[in-house]
Amino acid sequence: MKNFIIRRVLLGIFIAFFGALVVYSVIRSLPSSYVETIARQRAANPLSTKTYQEWLAQLNSVYHLDVGIIPGYFGWLGNAVRGDFGESWHYGIPVTERFNQVVWYSVIINIITFVVQMVIAIPLGILAARKQYSRTDYAITVFALMGISLPTFFLATILKYVFSINLGWFPLYGLTGRFHTSMTPFQQMADMAYHMVLPIITLMMLSIGGLMRYTRTNMLEVLNSDYIRTARAKGLSEEVVINKHAFRNTMIPLVSYLSYLLPAMFGGALITETLYQIPGIGFVAYEAMTRGDIPFAMFYTTFLIILTQVSLIVADIMYAVVDPRVRVN
Amino acid sequence: MSEHQDPNLEPEVELIDKIEEEMRLDDARRVKVLSPGMLVFKRFIRNKLAVVGLGILFFMFTFSFLGPIFSPYEQTQVFTGLGSMSKDYAGAIFNEELRYTVAEEESFSNAERAQFLLALGKGEETFSVGDDVYYFTTESEDTYRIMQLDPVAEELLGRINPINGGSLPDGFVEAYETASDNDQASFEFDGTMYRITQNRKAFQISTEHDVALASLTIYDAYNQEDTEEVNAYPFMLASERAIAEQDTEFTVGDKEYAVDYQEGRATILSGDDQPYAEVSNIIVNPLDQNEFLTVEYKNAIRDAVIDREDEVDFTHENGETITYTISRINQNYYIKRETPTTLIRQYEAPSADHPLGLDNNGMDVMTRLMYGGRVSLLVGFVVVIIEVVLGVIIGGIAGYFGGAVDTALMRFVDLFNSIPFYPIVIIFGSVMDTLEVEPMTRIFLLMAILGILGWTGVARVVRGQILSLREQDFMVAAEATGIRTSRRIFRHLVPNVMPLLIVQATAGLGGIIISEATLGFLGLGVKYPLASWGSIINVSSDAYVMTNFWFMWIPAGLLILLTVLGFNFVGDGLRDAFDPKMKR
Repeated sequence: MKNFIIRRVLLGIFIAFFGALVVYSVIRSLPSSYVETIARQRAANPLSTKTYQEWLAQLNSVYHLDVGIIPGYFGWLGNAVRGDFGESWHYGIPVTERFNQVVWYSVIINIITFVVQMVIAIPLGILAARKQYSRTDYAITVFALMGISLPTFFLATILKYVFSINLGWFPLYGLTGRFHTSMTPFQQMADMAYHMVLPIITLMMLSIGGLMRYTRTNMLEVLNSDYIRTARAKGLSEEVVINKHAFRNTMIPLVSYLSYLLPAMFGGALITETLYQIPGIGFVAYEAMTRGDIPFAMFYTTFLIILTQVSLIVADIMYAVVDPRVRVN
Repeated sequence: MSEHQDPNLEPEVELIDKIEEEMRLDDARRVKVLSPGMLVFKRFIRNKLAVVGLGILFFMFTFSFLGPIFSPYEQTQVFTGLGSMSKDYAGAIFNEELRYTVAEEESFSNAERAQFLLALGKGEETFSVGDDVYYFTTESEDTYRIMQLDPVAEELLGRINPINGGSLPDGFVEAYETASDNDQASFEFDGTMYRITQNRKAFQISTEHDVALASLTIYDAYNQEDTEEVNAYPFMLASERAIAEQDTEFTVGDKEYAVDYQEGRATILSGDDQPYAEVSNIIVNPLDQNEFLTVEYKNAIRDAVIDREDEVDFTHENGETITYTISRINQNYYIKRETPTTLIRQYEAPSADHPLGLDNNGMDVMTRLMYGGRVSLLVGFVVVIIEVVLGVIIGGIAGYFGGAVDTALMRFVDLFNSIPFYPIVIIFGSVMDTLEVEPMTRIFLLMAILGILGWTGVARVVRGQILSLREQDFMVAAEATGIRTSRRIFRHLVPNVMPLLIVQATAGLGGIIISEATLGFLGLGVKYPLASWGSIINVSSDAYVMTNFWFMWIPAGLLILLTVLGFNFVGDGLRDAFDPKMKR
């Protein structure tokens, strides 16, 4: 087990290292005119306190653009492992500071989404599996496939059209209302929760389909296995069979599904946050990336790579924890 | 599984029973042998959802690839129509700048004007430019008569000397002294006005002659041929004086004029009681210099401006009555009128000619959807082909050779898998924006990027499948016959992976179409003038369009949804059909 974890962690570091290298190479391969244009734009900004040369110099010093890709990467890595990701061009403050300001909104939204999604999707998935090929099953399958097939932006726009514009129940954009600053802390929280309703519904409807199908497939597999037949043969009630024997084993593959939670939680929902202009990490990163904010883009992508690796490692370990068969091997 | 048997099987069983009665047991027709392909097809057809999906896809392909052929419009055809647009016609403003009317054979240039304004500001009555000394009187509020002084004599310390030599007429000195003692600024002697001005310590005695008239009022002649006369100095002077005194009559030369006062303006009537000129302090100018505004029209506008009306109905000479709207911005009044103009028929609601209306560029939404579907579907297919080719090659090699090759290639797959999709694609999109890549090139680059970022899934599936196939007997046989490795992989292994690949590709198509549409929606995908379904919905990010013009974005969204749903249904159906043991 120990060896397994060490091997897995080393592999994760290896992949994160090369993944960041790939992203770094992509960013370095951007035409230099682009970088220069951005530096010039930044310098031309009346708020900018630096000249074009200074911006370019900052770029060179942070990203070692004056050397080749590999030495440049090691230079960047040297700064990055010490936690120095440079200053965001778009936001004008250190990248990590900006990240800290906004990431918690994304985390809150994703945790709520996750809980709601679990509560709805898993029972429905189990129901569909228990009544395979029934009308309920077809309805749930179609519903799940609809959720998978809906593009985020279309669902979000439809929701906004119906609930914000036609019914006027929820706000169109943003995280805070107009009078947010003059509210009591409790009201402020309520205001923010109110603004989060539509984004959470959007995220939930999109991910619920996948989880539902996943649960159904797993449940079907479990229900067809020998130990369920044994449990039934023992004369256990259907409830006990499903809840005690089948459901617990269904949860095992779900652990790997949960591994997606971590990157989603801290990586933010890029599209949804952008559509609702929720100032979470996804929206902030999108803004930074479309404006060619290389320091932020580099930080965000590297962060996502590392997060994905961590979550995969955690999933593998969790797998070993919940399934003794994995541990033995 | 037995308790979940497909109900559709039962009729067949009955059928066989029936046939059994009629045929002998060894009848060849009794044994129905279906090819594996046929079996898959039959199982596929039995899946209702899959058939529905196939129907949707069939419709989408017809719509996208055949639709444009039958569509009467072009993709980028802009529809225009005659509409009326409120356009600026004229402008009006209360005159606040003095206008100078210069007497004949005189000049009053900018230097003099500047000095005049300075003197006016200081409250002085004289000013000098170079050696010339000017004097002005206030005829009425905002009307000044400017005269140049011609010095005749100068008094310095009690001595009066003529300036240009010669001698002063008799009695002149006495007349001056009388005036000087009484502190008069002017005196009359021998029928001539003399003016006394102080020049440092000396007093100058001068005659005067008119140079210019500075006034805020505007003169418009009723007949264009009178314009010159109206704006000439004598007429202006006489009329200004008359108006200042509110006289109803005045004469210029031998002509008599009458004045008719209205609120804010005055009409000067010529001898035969015909309106001759209009006096006002509101300037009305046409925006188009070629346009001539009649005095009647200007009067109507002036009256409206004075009465603070928003609208004027004016009947032109040709009998046409046009409504003019007046809007005020700061000190300026803008007179607008509805002008027939060629307009792009933006956001036109659905009609028989355009079933889904026209978009923000005045293009037919339906036609755009057809061409957009071509792009979306083509992008989907090309990307899937790229993914499959890359995936089969790398997954195939990894699976076949195993060992170190497998480990290395799979780490490579992990690496690609770890690269976050949307950030990288967004960075690429904004770089392409900055470099202003051609719309067509952009589509190809987009396909390449989506393909390169998406092949890992295929590679994993292929590798897994080949790893298990490799151990099977037919591969041992293939190896024993000694055929080439590439042949073994691509002739014997890959065909066995085909079913899984088809399933993977079909299901993947939906995801690719969503990715492409998302990029299009974010404005980073396919660009105008080309269209894709995603870029068509892009307009809905404008809340105004989203709220008011459902027909611009809902159809495109539904097309994406249905297409992806279709691919997913078919993908599911294929998976079940190829491998009935696998569950949906």
